[in-house]
Amino acid sequence: MRKVRPTPLEYTRKKWFQLVLLLNFIFLYFPIVALIAFSFNNSRRNITWKGFTLKYYVKAFHNESLFDAFLNSLIVAGISTAVSTVLGAMLGLALYRFKFPAKNAFDGWIHLPIIIPEICMGVAMLAFFSRLNITLGLFTITVSHIAFSLPFVAVVVRARMAGFDHSLEEAARDLGANQWQTFKDVTLPYMMPGIVAGALLALTLSLDDFVITFFTSGPGSTTLPIKIFSMVRFSVTPEVNAASTVLIAITLILTVVTMTIQARSGKNKGLPL
Amino acid sequence: MENWRDNKLVAAILLVPASAWILIFFTLPLAIVWVYSFGERGPQGQTLLAFTLDNYVRALELIHLGILWKSVWTAAVATLICFAMGFPVALGIAFAPARFKNLLLLLVILPFWTNLLIRTYAWIAVLRTRGFLNFGLEWGHGKLDTMFSFAGLPDIMGTFEPLALLYNHSAVVIGLVYVALPFLVLPIYATLEKLDRSLMEASLDLGAGQWRTMASITIPLAFPGILSGLMLVFILSLGTYLTPVLLGGTNSMMIGNLIAQEFGPARDWPFGSALSFLLLYITFIILWIRAMVASRSKGVSY
Amino acid sequence: MTRKQPIISIHNVTKIFNRSVTAVDDVSLEIAEGEFFALLGPSGCGKTTLLRMIAGFENPTIGRIVVDGQDMDGVDPNHRPVNMVFQSYAVFPHMTVAKNVAYGLKVTGVLEKDIKKMVPEALELVKLGGFEHRMPHQLSGGQQQRVALARALVKKPKVLLLDEPLSALDAKLREAMQIELVNLQKSVGITFVIVTHSQAEALSTANRIAVMKDGQVVQVAGPLELYENPNSQFCADFIGKINQLRAKVIGVENGSLAMDIKGIGKALIPHDGPAQGKVTLAIRPEKLQLDSDEPADDCIKFRSRVANVVYYGSTSQVFLENIAGEQMMAEVRNRESGTTTSILIGSVVWVSWKTADTLVLTK
Repeated sequence: MRKVRPTPLEYTRKKWFQLVLLLNFIFLYFPIVALIAFSFNNSRRNITWKGFTLKYYVKAFHNESLFDAFLNSLIVAGISTAVSTVLGAMLGLALYRFKFPAKNAFDGWIHLPIIIPEICMGVAMLAFFSRLNITLGLFTITVSHIAFSLPFVAVVVRARMAGFDHSLEEAARDLGANQWQTFKDVTLPYMMPGIVAGALLALTLSLDDFVITFFTSGPGSTTLPIKIFSMVRFSVTPEVNAASTVLIAITLILTVVTMTIQARSGKNKGLPL
Repeated sequence: MENWRDNKLVAAILLVPASAWILIFFTLPLAIVWVYSFGERGPQGQTLLAFTLDNYVRALELIHLGILWKSVWTAAVATLICFAMGFPVALGIAFAPARFKNLLLLLVILPFWTNLLIRTYAWIAVLRTRGFLNFGLEWGHGKLDTMFSFAGLPDIMGTFEPLALLYNHSAVVIGLVYVALPFLVLPIYATLEKLDRSLMEASLDLGAGQWRTMASITIPLAFPGILSGLMLVFILSLGTYLTPVLLGGTNSMMIGNLIAQEFGPARDWPFGSALSFLLLYITFIILWIRAMVASRSKGVSY
Repeated sequence: MTRKQPIISIHNVTKIFNRSVTAVDDVSLEIAEGEFFALLGPSGCGKTTLLRMIAGFENPTIGRIVVDGQDMDGVDPNHRPVNMVFQSYAVFPHMTVAKNVAYGLKVTGVLEKDIKKMVPEALELVKLGGFEHRMPHQLSGGQQQRVALARALVKKPKVLLLDEPLSALDAKLREAMQIELVNLQKSVGITFVIVTHSQAEALSTANRIAVMKDGQVVQVAGPLELYENPNSQFCADFIGKINQLRAKVIGVENGSLAMDIKGIGKALIPHDGPAQGKVTLAIRPEKLQLDSDEPADDCIKFRSRVANVVYYGSTSQVFLENIAGEQMMAEVRNRESGTTTSILIGSVVWVSWKTADTLVLTK
């Protein structure tokens, strides 16, 4: 079978186009891949490969302040995810279901944390806490994380509900279920994948956040990204790379889990039976 | 859609907690900053409530205007480079055979999920004097040198001088482009995906070449999505804090860094607040422009 | 007399997608200049793929396509002497009607003053004179289609390709457009190739029809030939409605076949061409005659019970079942007013048809 010439709109089959794509992907991945690769490099500074080792991971693990920062990140992320998921899911559901006066304006207002530059929100939180004389610490960090995460959860849940077949609820009411039962048995199961996706998003956002955390953290309440930042300012060592790789790995696993859930829920469009 | 009046209790239960949180822990802080922007700096660096426009006036002073302008310019350059690189990617994915599409999308999104800090500092290893880029260039230099030596022309290449690619403004731009690329590709991809293929085929059928079709048909019709992507990247780049800190030099300060400085070591919160709100106003203006463009093209449904 | 060169020659064209799906399987066709040619078949039969290969949006895996004497291999769509009207019309939503029609001229460098003359002419041709400054979203589906037609015709292509042009229109508009398309083609004089899944559309518009199934051309013939002499069960069933009967050839007698028709009996059916063993006989529903008295002898006849009658306004379909369980359907015109049919359900009638009208299908 001879090779078929590509048609005008089959861009990805044209050689020069493939080159452009390849260059882009190299650009996107090279720095990260290099970073990860060199966390295993048995050499302090050089960019030449000197053998595979896990010693920097061990070093990072034993680094007390690094480990504390990691724990702090988990605590903050855990609480932030829990609260923002609940609040955000309720908000998303309400936006899907109800119409009320000034809904458009409300919509814009509630989604502000998503579009506002992080630095603006960071300094605002700092001003707020200092005005109210609240000491900066894990509490202030968590509160801020919830504030910027919950709109994201609302967006995800609302998007999920957009595909909901409303007549399922009507059928349940018709058969005698009350509001709470209808919600529990019909709406909530459908919402679940959206809630889970929103929760994972909130988790990732919290774990990865730097700027807002930077302004709302105090001494003794360092999170992992902050700690990594201070290490990087000092110098980029394989130890830092190791800590970063761990963070990347966690985030990636969460992402893959989210996507698997979303893919599976796409196939099972209704209730898990 | 239900009217809230028909179910006041449930609507309240669902809406109030989230709204209260945003009100107290987002809107209120912003309001405080807004009030501060009209305040004064006290002798020990505390903030005195007052009503003065001095801070805003100061923000528009030449030296600060310079930083503001540099931020806008840097963000614009980064946005353009991002577009030049990202548009073909979005185009390619939108027109890729179905079995590759999801994979390609995943590949573009994956870096986005990596921590911003990590993504930015990863470039340090690439751009520094003893970094990968210079390493690669040195290797290439060495090979060319060997070739020329064989041809009887030693020393024509001279010694290798590593490029100073880090801790300057170009590094900042590279870092910005790197972070923003997925944010540009996704909205443009989404729009191109929804575009009616037969419109482009019709253009080709009527005699227009590839580039003509792109300019007359594809881009005008995909414009809302392209604009969204461009604005997202611009806003992101404008308000950046980390990238100049990690990759920039002494004169790579952008508005985000200035704001942080005023809230940090300089301890001039009123001034920092004014700057912060200037940044916000610019952001809002851009969003408003986008909303205008979006509503104007609403009459025509694609 | 020299035979004129066909305007389109398709030589053994095969198209395979993803190395597994054969959309077009070894198709060879010749389309003459000035013809109104139809590619007809059910969805998935490859007709649209074939059309797109002529236009240049797909490239054949094997074989070649020659248009106006020129091999189209390696020729991009924008350089082919063919133009296409897309199923979705593909009218550019961000341009006025005039700009849409002018587009093909503008991008090929036609002078502005010539464009100014040609555009209104093209719009007049499709009866959209005066619509120059409207925007597409202000037009109805039918009007958008005319814009697409004008846009393609203004370039004076050798061949106009139409992909399911009438499928998006409602029934009444569709019938009117069928007549208009035929008139348009006659007045412009260029070759039209349309793709359709509607056999009514093909029969009413085309000079010649190629019936396709599973990527292959099953029969190429004019409408009358196709309807009265389908060459296979598939064609007989796809074009119009048909009754099919199983029969066995029991002998051959000067130009006629002696048949034993299952459930009906023996008959002598004229048929040229070989036939033996088990064959399928077919008879069109409108050729069936229903009488209360026994009809004359030169036909196939038997008695049946009327199982059901379905009323369609101008005609009714009468479902019959004979004593051997053989089911057939007759189509009768409703000449009498005030009743859905003059034939009662449950009654027994004589079913008959002229023996010569029987189709013998060996495929």
